[in-house]
Amino acid sequence: MGQTKRRSVIKLAGSAAAVASTGMAGILATGRTPAYAQTKTVHWLRWVDFVPASDTLMRKELMPQAEKDLGIKINFETVNGNDLQPRTTAAIQSGTGPDLIQAFNNTTYIYGNSVVDLSDLAEDLGKREGGIYKYARSICSDGKMFMSMPWAVIGAMIAYRKSWFDEVGATSFPKTWQEYRDVAKKLKANGHPVGQTLGHTFGDAPTFTYPYLWSWGGKEVEADGKTVAINSKETVESVKFMAGFWKDGCDEGALAWDDTNNNRAFLSQTISATLNGASIYIETLRKPDQYQTEKGTPMNKDILHSPLPAGPAGQYGMHLLQSDMLMKYSKNQDAAKEFLKWIHAEKNFEKWFVSQKGFATPCTAKWEEHKVWTEDPVMAPFKVAARLGQAPGYAGLPNGKAAEALSKYIVTDMYAKAVQGMPAEDAVKWAEGELKKIYSA
Amino acid sequence: MTVTALGTARVRRPSVRLRRLEDERWLALALLSPTAVLLGLFIAYPFAEGVLLSLSSAKVGDPGVFVGLKNFAKLADDNIFWTAVWNTFWYTGVTTVFKLGLGLWLAMLLNRHFRGKALVRAFILLPFIIPTVLSTFAWKWMFDPTFSVINWSLFHLGFIKARINWLGDPTLAMTSIMIVNIWRGVPFFAISLLAGLQTISPELNEAAAIDGARPWARFWYVTWPLLLPVTMVVMLFSVIQTFADFQLVYVMTGGGPANATHLFATYAYQIGIVSGLLSEGAAVSLAMFPFLFIIVVVQLLYIRRVETR
Repeated sequence: MGQTKRRSVIKLAGSAAAVASTGMAGILATGRTPAYAQTKTVHWLRWVDFVPASDTLMRKELMPQAEKDLGIKINFETVNGNDLQPRTTAAIQSGTGPDLIQAFNNTTYIYGNSVVDLSDLAEDLGKREGGIYKYARSICSDGKMFMSMPWAVIGAMIAYRKSWFDEVGATSFPKTWQEYRDVAKKLKANGHPVGQTLGHTFGDAPTFTYPYLWSWGGKEVEADGKTVAINSKETVESVKFMAGFWKDGCDEGALAWDDTNNNRAFLSQTISATLNGASIYIETLRKPDQYQTEKGTPMNKDILHSPLPAGPAGQYGMHLLQSDMLMKYSKNQDAAKEFLKWIHAEKNFEKWFVSQKGFATPCTAKWEEHKVWTEDPVMAPFKVAARLGQAPGYAGLPNGKAAEALSKYIVTDMYAKAVQGMPAEDAVKWAEGELKKIYSA
Repeated sequence: MTVTALGTARVRRPSVRLRRLEDERWLALALLSPTAVLLGLFIAYPFAEGVLLSLSSAKVGDPGVFVGLKNFAKLADDNIFWTAVWNTFWYTGVTTVFKLGLGLWLAMLLNRHFRGKALVRAFILLPFIIPTVLSTFAWKWMFDPTFSVINWSLFHLGFIKARINWLGDPTLAMTSIMIVNIWRGVPFFAISLLAGLQTISPELNEAAAIDGARPWARFWYVTWPLLLPVTMVVMLFSVIQTFADFQLVYVMTGGGPANATHLFATYAYQIGIVSGLLSEGAAVSLAMFPFLFIIVVVQLLYIRRVETR
């Protein structure tokens, strides 16, 4: 082992001191800290995308590019969509966590006190891209500030097996609920029921039950946002019909499905139709050899999409709106804003949008003209999802109370209770009681 | 040299601090303080915080104001809460009875001599060792409405003609989570009771056998009374754990379908963490305390009675 001489130690210390003093002089001269100390990390929390290629794109291409362009580090984290709300609550209460957190639907209102106003960024985006849709604006902005940056809408349409519908004489998708029930009855008799969750899951359950309620003329509250209006003749009719529809045409095991169950059931040819994002179709495009029909043909050639049928009061849709909240506790707010600006720049956002193949519909009008919508006619119905969607809380605003009702799955549970055998009137009365507790508080 | 050293040692007196520890009161204080600090930090402080939270109108990002018992009054009028109360008692009661019965049976079997005894004992512990979330996910797949291996087996064996809706039917969903809890908890009972059985001298049983006692009589009059103190302690631990169970139900049903399987902990989580109504969530969580307190006090009193008999 070599011996360390006193002289060499002094030399080493001297050079270290020289470097340190030059560095200090440099810092004093420029008034800036060295580059390594400036590197900020922006932590972005999102759901695990139902289109895996998009998460791969984010991780392998977009995030490294953002780091290079902005000189910041991005910590890109994904979790199951059902875990986003618990993570947000925990982060706000502990005052530490991701700088940017993805919000679903109007949960933005629940966290309104704890987020940074993003009006400048959002309005700028709207101006550049032909305006933010009313649906996205009502959810991301409370009229005073943008609580979150609109990201995209996951269009909810019914994915269905064309050949199985043809077999029972439905050559086009049923236009009304009654027609859908009649077709579903025949489909179930053929061993291919409709698959629909009424469970506590963020996407497929409320995006089905809310528009279904509206299509019958039912609503949670009056336009004043205070008077609970769920206990109406229309709602009771809708609940009665749901119980019958379920028995006649649905897979009765689907009551507690989460957002992934119906994808698996459809892909394994257990169900003939389900309300979903386009992820089922996109998965069959990605793996045409794996997903085939019973006749041995690619399943993707046998899938079509349709909006939910119309009820006596019209046809509605509610689509999962995703936005990003910049948290007040964040110590990197400037960097996070820069990053949001960067990711929403057309050339960057477009890469992600294209990777979605139509699964996500952006929140601004400009993207309706994108070639993605003409490349594959099966995806065409999703083009206007964000334009036509209606927010939870209707006929009132999608505010914090509406978000609380959504988070508690009251509308969904009302239907689930009736399906389990509770008389329709009692189920509606129960929902009325629960909603009154929220809206009168 | 040695003499000098010893002389020095003899003269050196312990420091004031060490001398103070010779007093038993100070020593007790010193020994207890780390535990007291830990308990204070991780049990007493969160508990006090929870109480304060439940008496406020706090929501996520909003500290709220003092509202007294308003949250508890709201709970009294909340039928999902009462479903959760009933479910928690039912879930704890049924699973504890089964865990005790099966655990005792297993312990008696394992207490016998047979080949590969050590290996079997090790395997028995597996359900208890595997992280609950992991094993519960496996069970969730087994109870999956579409792909259930249980349904597949029953169907192919000719026992059923249609699928059993394990997690979609309220009663079956509750039964399913009970089955998983029992599966997970039996090893704890079995191994703990086995330890208890091994402390019982075989001579007592032999003497009873010589006196003509049949196996059941030997168990009832010799083994069971001696095993009772251990059994009560094991039950106490199990009841506390089961009463406050969360992860199993959260993974299997999330409290559904339509809130049919909520327990105290899952409902508190749904209200407080998911919906952001922190004060109401804290109230649900604290409502568990008096129930659990009574159960624990009763059990502890019984244990004391059994031990002093």
